[in-house]
Amino acid sequence: MHPAPSIILFTTLSGLGFGLLAFLGAGVILPTGLAAFLWFGLGYGLALIGLAASAFHLGHPERALRAFTQWRTSWLSREAVLSAAALLAIAPHAAGLVFWNTPVPVMGAIGAVLCGVTVFATSMIYAQLKTVPRWNHWTTPLVFLLAALTAGALLTGSGYSAQMLLAWLAVAMVLHWILGDGQFARRGSTLGTATGLGLMGRVRQLEPPHTGTNYLLTEMAYVVARRHVRVLRVIALASGCVLPSVLLWSAPYSLLALGIAVLLHLAGMLAQRWLFFAEAEHTVALYYRG
Amino acid sequence: MTSLPEQTERKLGLAIDLDTCVGCHACVISCKGWNTENYGAPLSDTDPYGKDPVGTFLNRVHAYEVTPQDNAPFTVHFPKSCLHCEDAPCVTVCPTGASYKRTEDGIVLVNEDACIGCGLCAWACPYGARELDALAGVMKKCTLCVDRIYNETLPEEDRVPACVRTCPAGARHFGDFADPDSTVSRLSRERGGIELMPELGTRPVNRYLPPRPRDTLQGCAPAPQGDPSTEGLTGFLGWIDRTLSRF
Ligand code: SF4
Ligand code: SF4
Ligand code: SF4
Repeated sequence: MHPAPSIILFTTLSGLGFGLLAFLGAGVILPTGLAAFLWFGLGYGLALIGLAASAFHLGHPERALRAFTQWRTSWLSREAVLSAAALLAIAPHAAGLVFWNTPVPVMGAIGAVLCGVTVFATSMIYAQLKTVPRWNHWTTPLVFLLAALTAGALLTGSGYSAQMLLAWLAVAMVLHWILGDGQFARRGSTLGTATGLGLMGRVRQLEPPHTGTNYLLTEMAYVVARRHVRVLRVIALASGCVLPSVLLWSAPYSLLALGIAVLLHLAGMLAQRWLFFAEAEHTVALYYRG
Repeated sequence: MTSLPEQTERKLGLAIDLDTCVGCHACVISCKGWNTENYGAPLSDTDPYGKDPVGTFLNRVHAYEVTPQDNAPFTVHFPKSCLHCEDAPCVTVCPTGASYKRTEDGIVLVNEDACIGCGLCAWACPYGARELDALAGVMKKCTLCVDRIYNETLPEEDRVPACVRTCPAGARHFGDFADPDSTVSRLSRERGGIELMPELGTRPVNRYLPPRPRDTLQGCAPAPQGDPSTEGLTGFLGWIDRTLSRF
């Protein structure tokens, strides 16, 4: 799948924002006044920038409100509704802390749960697609949820939780890659089943249907070199999980170390998300297989 | 509404004969023509006369080579458009309700005024039957020429999809698969109509009629191989051979 920068930013930043808001909502830290303004501002900012980035991907962003209507069937619509609900639910808790130095724990807790469910809904937009077997797997929501929680722990400076979550995230990412590598073959779709001609013999494309490229190829038949995949996996794992963990362990009370850990984690997650899209193969590519 | 109807009264669709299709692309052109001049946003082209022409099409014709285990390879031309699936994943993923399946005839359509152009439905379709139009920013797909098949201002013989009307080989058949006596149902039954990617559970309505079995090559001596031999040559040719061999 084409790794569009708008979607990579959307999933990464909104994950970061909702992870932070979940930790703030759950009351892991209770900043007040200006500090609260900055913490919550960062959470809301990241979540909203992420959501705005996703709008860049739309052909008609001015109609985006319509996406709130089909929550009964569509994960994308559920994601829209849930993210709005999460941001609204946390608001009283945030306002209480900023203006009156008093938390509203009930709303905070509800908001925290909604943040988690929002991230789950985001992951299901991809995990629901049978056409992309690599995504259509339980490791997809696992990686998205753990990534958001890890970001929340890091951004609130919750050292112990961060260490645990970084380790789990690393395991989840590796599982997603290893199990994902065999998913397409396990699903069993080939050019033979795609054309039904596999029953008669070996099938290969003789001529493509068009001389140039088209929407299907640019959007869904992205090919990434294996060599790059290996390098990027190492970068994602090292920068996203291993190095932040080492930093937190070696300088547990240093704000600078925490700041660097957050930036490293962000870079690692961007690499992970790029791979998430670039490595994913769509069944439509079968029709163009030689 | 993007929930799918439990059942549709009719199941309109195409039976495409892979034995007869000659890969002329006439159906591609008539489809593009009709759907650019009539219902909905036109199917745009980008840089059509330049170096890098790209455009939106609702029907595309691939060509494949099939090599059977015990016979010579053969070519199959393979037109591909929306299969109007009964369990259409493209419909349920749509966040706006723009994508829907009609209860009365099973046609899968996009309400272009409600489409935000998110592209998710194109990702959900296994077959590449949906294309986001680069200029209009909305999703385009085969409508089964819904603006022809019920159009009483057209002469009766034109009330079929443009591709079916155009096909010079008679390779495309249009009808109701819910009716066991329709031409398409009968053809599909008799010829063993194929469902594409059944493993994905989309339950397509359209059927592909497989190429009929080819004759097998029999009794042909294998072509001679290696150096031509001069052994056993007699007469004039033998004399030349013997003379030349002396040098
Ligand atoms: S062929 Fe694709 S676009 Fe058409 S109904 Fe099936 S899934 Fe939807
Ligand atoms: S591109 Fe349009 S029709 Fe397709 S899922 Fe998005 S809003 Fe629905
Ligand atoms: S018009 Fe008929 S013969 Fe020509 S490519 Fe289309 S289906 Fe095949």
